[in-house]
Amino acid sequence: MSQSIDYNDRPWLDPDAEPFIKVQSVSKHFGDFTAVDSVDLEIYKGELFCLLGGSGCGKTTLLRMLAGFETPSSGSIVIDGVNMTDVPPYERPVNMMFQSYALFPHMTVESNVGYGLRRDGIAKSEIDQRVEDMLTMVELSQFRKRKPHQLSGGQKQRVALARALIKQPKMLLLDEPLAALDKRLRVQTQYELMNIQEKLGVTFVVVTHDQEEAMTLSTRIAVMDVGRFQQIGTPTEIYEFPSSRLVATFIGNANMFEGRVIENGTDHVIVESKDPACNFYIDHGMSIVEGSKVWVALRPEKIKITKQSPGDDGTNSIKGSVSDIGYLGGTSTYRVMIGDERIVEITSPNLNRPKDGNPPIDWDEEVYLSWEPSSSVVLTK
Amino acid sequence: MREAVESSAQNRLLRRMSHLLQRNWRSLVLFIPFFWLLLFFLAPFFIVLKISLAEAIIASPPFTPMIEWVDEGIMHIRVVVDNYAYLWEDDLYAKTYLNSLKISSISTILCLLIGYPMAYAIVRSSHTTKHILLMLVILPFWTSFLLRVYAWMGLLADQGTINNLLIAIGIVDEPIRMLYTPFAVYVGIVYTYVPFMILPLYANMEKLDWTLLEAAADLGAKPMTTFFTVTLPMTMPGIIAGSLLVFIPATGEYVIPDLLGGGNVLMIGRILYNEFNANIDWPVASAVAIALLLLLVIPMMLYQHIQARQVEAE
Repeated sequence: MSQSIDYNDRPWLDPDAEPFIKVQSVSKHFGDFTAVDSVDLEIYKGELFCLLGGSGCGKTTLLRMLAGFETPSSGSIVIDGVNMTDVPPYERPVNMMFQSYALFPHMTVESNVGYGLRRDGIAKSEIDQRVEDMLTMVELSQFRKRKPHQLSGGQKQRVALARALIKQPKMLLLDEPLAALDKRLRVQTQYELMNIQEKLGVTFVVVTHDQEEAMTLSTRIAVMDVGRFQQIGTPTEIYEFPSSRLVATFIGNANMFEGRVIENGTDHVIVESKDPACNFYIDHGMSIVEGSKVWVALRPEKIKITKQSPGDDGTNSIKGSVSDIGYLGGTSTYRVMIGDERIVEITSPNLNRPKDGNPPIDWDEEVYLSWEPSSSVVLTK
Repeated sequence: MREAVESSAQNRLLRRMSHLLQRNWRSLVLFIPFFWLLLFFLAPFFIVLKISLAEAIIASPPFTPMIEWVDEGIMHIRVVVDNYAYLWEDDLYAKTYLNSLKISSISTILCLLIGYPMAYAIVRSSHTTKHILLMLVILPFWTSFLLRVYAWMGLLADQGTINNLLIAIGIVDEPIRMLYTPFAVYVGIVYTYVPFMILPLYANMEKLDWTLLEAAADLGAKPMTTFFTVTLPMTMPGIIAGSLLVFIPATGEYVIPDLLGGGNVLMIGRILYNEFNANIDWPVASAVAIALLLLLVIPMMLYQHIQARQVEAE
């Protein structure tokens, strides 16, 4: 009993929880092209779920199928226990915030926000009240009489959000919600989005190509490529335990080493790499045949860079020379040449100010790279 | 030192000259269309206006001059407004104007009802079909307008293609009278002017942001509601442009009512023709033309004025 998990924050771990949205072997073909290839997905109530992937990976098509703009070629979509596969968008309990915001240019801010309520034949006094509340929430009350072209990018984004939320949808779909904003505003809006989501408890499904955005916003991320999910998990799971090389390199940076399993213990694995010549001692066991080909992924910030030898015998350490330094203020990125061709990237925090203007590690210096047994991940695909 | 001063002075001169040339170049470019309008629109307008203020006489040209020199250097200006009074008094003109406006309004509405779905379908079709369909809209312009109207006479006549076909199938026993009726005039005008409705609508819809329609559907609007609350207001500029392009020339249309309507459909173009050629009364004919112009231009200017004020108010 002492091991009980709080399922409120992580409903996907609760074996008894019923998924709010169930996507079952959904495919979508456009002619010969398969945009979405037989995907299964379960999203729970109150989640902020991110579909992450590069352009053309199928994430937008999947979102459009959830909204009802596209009909799946096969498979089914169930929202809150109701099969919605062939229900038109205007009858779904789902609203969408478009990437371009799609605000009606001929209507004022308040008529834009109230549009959805007017379609439901709600009394005018109630519409006015709800529009007022919504505009107060997104801090746009004084702009109610403006037309969209008189608003800034951030204000438009908030109008779009208010318009999509006013019908209290069971699920809000957001297509690249922050892509059109500049960087500073994007970070601020990210947190606003999270606060609103938490306050209203609406299930959010966000499509984005920006991995940082996905990491900050979401409870869980689905990494998509060529119409399929590569991995579904929390930001930590996906970053620390990527399931494939593709995920490891798509989320953050990773140094990838090819090698063979030479020892497979119950609590550890040893992988021998030829280029560079190095043994990786990894402190988690895995079911794999000795001698099989694997890849070891090592994040740049998990590597220690020192001038002195860590005193190891070529396990979890390599020697090289610094070929490039990128000074970013808070951190520095070192590109270290191992042998003649192999470059390894290291990110290291700048803990101390350099003395006498000399950087702690300089160009062309001989350095040792080392890491902990828990720092690397073995990938089989 | 002196050389440097001189060269900088030279540079300044060169810069000023090139600047002057640039400015003049700009005004020259603006001047050409302006000159064109002056020569072929404004000047003829004033000539017609001048003739409308003269009296008809049997002479060549068949109207009294506006300015006469009597005796030594005394200028005599003659301005007659009788022609306009005449238009007002004889109710033939008022009736004809009203009939012209009625025919062109109904034709404009018909063109809109036919052209709007066509333009919409063209915009929504795939890239290749889009070009073929647009080509088909423009294709009639490649044959003579007159020839096409004559073709309609052949189709609509009592012994024409349509009647022959109806009789052959046995739907009717004797020919339906279509040629020389208002119906034939509507057919002719709508047929001729529908491309002028489609093209501006197409240009407008081509720029339409279709995600707006998805946004409306997403917010619970059924297709019909989406059309009236989003599509229609967004395409209003195209509707207005197309309607003006149909309404204005249709009001002054002469050939179509003359050939397809015979003597039964009286439109203002016909009156103009009669005054000029049958009555040889150029001043009344000019007055008819000026009155028509004012009738069309004044409402349009008012509309634009109201629109401009609305835009300002926003």
